Amino acid sequence: MTVTNVIKDAENRTMTLTAEFDAPVSRVWQLYEDPRQLEQWWGPPTYPATVVDHDLSVGGAVRYFMTGPEGDKACGYWQVLAVDAPNRLEWENGFATDALEPDRSMPVMAMRVQLAARSGGGTVMTLVTTFASTENMDWCLQMGMEEGMSSAVGQIDALLS
Amino acid sequence: MVVDQAEVDLLFHALADATRRDIVRRTMDGSFSVSTLARDYPMSFAAVQKHVAVLERAGLVTKERRGREHLVAGNPAALRAAHDVLDRLELVWRERIARMDDLLAADTHEGNRP
Repeated sequence: MTVTNVIKDAENRTMTLTAEFDAPVSRVWQLYEDPRQLEQWWGPPTYPATVVDHDLSVGGAVRYFMTGPEGDKACGYWQVLAVDAPNRLEWENGFATDALEPDRSMPVMAMRVQLAARSGGGTVMTLVTTFASTENMDWCLQMGMEEGMSSAVGQIDALLS
Repeated sequence: MVVDQAEVDLLFHALADATRRDIVRRTMDGSFSVSTLARDYPMSFAAVQKHVAVLERAGLVTKERRGREHLVAGNPAALRAAHDVLDRLELVWRERIARMDDLLAADTHEGNRP
């Protein structure tokens, strides 16, 4: 397990997660920078992501959809707020319409990822994610979390069988 | 799912305000009357009363009449529900990181570093 620390602050709606990788910072950055790699880890196996637009410059957007087992689609976007390649990326992550336009009536999360060289080689990744203040958890529950949850349950089932 | 979505909406909306978060923190340790709470915030009694009402709707505090006063007490179970949502978020990211790990490991195995 490469996740080394998780701090959850319910009052401030924030999760801070730290993970370590053996690969160097430049390589871990590619996981975000290369849309073909991003789509291999962003969505769970049951809801693979297809990245349509991918611009990690400030003000740029990533637009994607995730396709479920029934052919159902869940669309999302990133709006890039700050970038300092290959060490830092901040973005707003939200729900998108079928036309892949940000749907501001839907939930929004603020995300920040920082990559730092680990002494002795490898990368320390710090991820801070904060739920936006409004009544907008549906997105996470519907397209992120439940799928994450169900695939995790599937994996546990597979281990036990 | 442990938490109903509408409840989660109320919960996070309630926690989105600094004064309300402060009231939650204080009332987890003991009950306070609304007037006692109101003394510590630069706003009217009515405004604090409104904040308490939002927290009450979200289930984060309960209000109980004691004589002429309403005592406000925190509800740890509701705060726990907010933790549950973060727990699920943690799970989503743990899975993402496991997939990131797999991708990085493929570099070494296949020598196909892009």
